[in-house]
Amino acid sequence: MDKTTFVYTTYILATAQRTWDALTVGELTRQYWGGLMNVSDWKPGSPWEHRNPEQPGQVLVLGQVVECDPPRRLVMTWADPAEAGSPGKHSRVTFELEPVGDMVRLRVTHDELEAGSVMAGKISDGWPQVLSSLKSWLETGRALAIFCTQKREARQPVG
Amino acid sequence: MDQVFRALADAGRRRLLDRLCEGNGQTLGELCAHMDMTRQAVSQHLGVLEAANLITTLRRGREKRHYLNPVPIYELSERWIRKYERRRLSFLLDLKQQLEGEAPNG
Repeated sequence: MDKTTFVYTTYILATAQRTWDALTVGELTRQYWGGLMNVSDWKPGSPWEHRNPEQPGQVLVLGQVVECDPPRRLVMTWADPAEAGSPGKHSRVTFELEPVGDMVRLRVTHDELEAGSVMAGKISDGWPQVLSSLKSWLETGRALAIFCTQKREARQPVG
Repeated sequence: MDQVFRALADAGRRRLLDRLCEGNGQTLGELCAHMDMTRQAVSQHLGVLEAANLITTLRRGREKRHYLNPVPIYELSERWIRKYERRRLSFLLDLKQQLEGEAPNG
């Protein structure tokens, strides 16, 4: 199976530590990441989950922490909970934070992804939204409304 | 954002972005194969795109691979497209509320 890689870079007017916290503290991720929380103790080998706090038990993405070097580098595996049992479906996400002047350069590398898979399609739509929203939230205190609205609508029960 | 617009204002550079959209993570050599430009010109265009953060490069051993970075394009669409779309949508919402407000009850 062919694997593919996506790399996203954004420059944010914030410290590396604030940006790190925004990625790893669930109460902060929910502010800009469509209301969802990243939850883990962020120790290598520990599980991590991308949870919907409004629907207890609903996990949208999960994986394991591979490397954690705050506030510089975080590596984790990434899988749809429905596919968590197949190792071939686990991809890998690397966050790299590097101070550049009074900004931080955040680079997200999503690799080990199955080319043409549903997950590859989802993340190539998703990361630009998440990163733009993160930047907006850290710099102005406001996340991207459109991103949050879409997610909220998507969560509403049908009928 | 000026840098992004300037980088996008060249047809050759837009074509390079399209090439990366079709196949992400190409080397300079691979990108040159489908462009009617000299290697040097392609390399210069890639430099402008990277400075505008429209592409990101990763070194894998001796290879340098180029990846499309759509984050600035997304920000641009949020700033220059969604904003105006929103205004139109809120106009429609106002109109709807006005009309519904005027409608006879029952």
